[in-house]
Amino acid sequence: MNGDGPPAAGGSDRGFIICLAILGGSYVVLIVWMLAADLFYTTPGHMLASLQSANIRFAIKLSLISCTITTVLALWVAVPLGYLLSRTKFPGKGAVDTILDIPIVLPPLVIGLSLLILFQTRPGQWLEYVTNKQMGFTLTFVVLPALLALNAFLLLTGRWWLRLLAASITAAAAVGVLTQFSFGHELEVFLQRNLGTRITYALPSVILAQFAVSTAFAVRTMRVTFDQISPRTEQVAQTLGCSRGQAFWLVTIPQARRGILTAGTLAWARSLGEFGPILIFSGATRMKTEVLSTTVFLELSIGDLYAAIAVSLLMVIVAVAVLVITRIFGLRGTGII
Amino acid sequence: MIAVNSLCLRQGAFSLLNISFAIPSGAYGVLMGKTGCGKTSILEAIAGLRPIMSGSIKLGNQDVSSWTPAGRGVGYVPQDGALFPTMTVREHLAFALRLRQRNPAEIKERVEELANWLEIAHLLNRYPIGLSGGEAQRVALGRALSFRPRILLMDEPLSSLDESTRGHLIGLLRDVRQRTKVTILHVTHSRWEAEQLGDVVLRLDQGVIIQEGAAT
Repeated sequence: MNGDGPPAAGGSDRGFIICLAILGGSYVVLIVWMLAADLFYTTPGHMLASLQSANIRFAIKLSLISCTITTVLALWVAVPLGYLLSRTKFPGKGAVDTILDIPIVLPPLVIGLSLLILFQTRPGQWLEYVTNKQMGFTLTFVVLPALLALNAFLLLTGRWWLRLLAASITAAAAVGVLTQFSFGHELEVFLQRNLGTRITYALPSVILAQFAVSTAFAVRTMRVTFDQISPRTEQVAQTLGCSRGQAFWLVTIPQARRGILTAGTLAWARSLGEFGPILIFSGATRMKTEVLSTTVFLELSIGDLYAAIAVSLLMVIVAVAVLVITRIFGLRGTGII
Repeated sequence: MIAVNSLCLRQGAFSLLNISFAIPSGAYGVLMGKTGCGKTSILEAIAGLRPIMSGSIKLGNQDVSSWTPAGRGVGYVPQDGALFPTMTVREHLAFALRLRQRNPAEIKERVEELANWLEIAHLLNRYPIGLSGGEAQRVALGRALSFRPRILLMDEPLSSLDESTRGHLIGLLRDVRQRTKVTILHVTHSRWEAEQLGDVVLRLDQGVIIQEGAAT
């Protein structure tokens, strides 16, 4: 028996679900509609012709290189910072948290302008001078010895694979340091000729502009990832004999694998779409600082709509491919795939 | 032996003051108390996972109050098991031994010994996802015992289990004590568990430890 009185007005849930689908689905339809409009505006012939342009090929190459370097740098920062924000309390944590939101909420043009102004200050100009004129000296006499010292430390403390990695890097650095005594000047000249570069209006500025924005998204993702991993497993690992660092590497990082992939994907995709900061900080010089997003702008500005659409579609295809591959890779080993 | 003397703990508004008790070597100690009274905090302090304000913690004859968790050599079974989601059961049992750089043959032998004893040999290649509560607790127990600790700390290991599994694990815990001679501190809110297992039964009531002696 259901008790006295008329039954509650349960009825079918279909109407409710349909309402949700209409409201939410409208956004999905908008995206698909936009992409379809792009697709039908051009033809495969137009696309192929555009993609054979030397300028566009250069932009594709530069985009792939800069986005990949930016992603590595962003993760290099986001993993430790996300962990610290998730697991530790320190004075000024709220301020750090707010600062990390600035690149997310600021207009991209402002970030580009701020970077440009930064390199007009004395420290910025000094950095520009070092990379432009002193790169060879810095690498030969500062970075290589520092690498040697760091890896000697890793050799003494790390696990076997870390030791192997450290040994390899140490050997390479040792060769560099030894050569300082025999032909240090030649090494310095070689490095300067091949690696010495300006920052502003050159490749490093493209990477720095992408890094300034995309890292904020990677840090947020990593923080949420570490928030969702129970600190209890790390504590148990410590009672089993791990130091805090070992517990992080052996227990927490493997659990954060999908989060790291997501953060990397987000950083990569965000870098690919970055336009404002690059335009201000790097310029839009063909065959020098032109990435795919600036290509769309340049082609539009000279009235070549077909080339702009071709590059836009290429960016869509690359972005979707990266998202799909990462998702499949991220799910492997989890029992879902 | 576990000897806690005048231990003071504080976390936010919660504090425990002047907690003292002792569990003799090889004995099975049970610490009872209501939920939220601070039992787990005491256990974590003994494991080195929670900083103490004052007092001392001795394991064996050594004051370990300022030692790291790794240095204390304590086996710890948390309430939820806290198994590592990315490791198989075999890797759980081998984890502490690998950290101690034992040779592969010794690790294999110990893993098989534990798996057979705890009746989890058929689970060795499984990941924690999908294990039942009883299976997860046995894996957590095996992981904690793998490096032959002198002290075993367990935080409500039976609380989330059904009646028949709980009865089975009670028998297993008696066996652990008999075979390993490890000193055990078992935290629970269940008097029944204390009566079934405890040589030394302690009750934490409003921040004060009351020794109730042998339970049976």
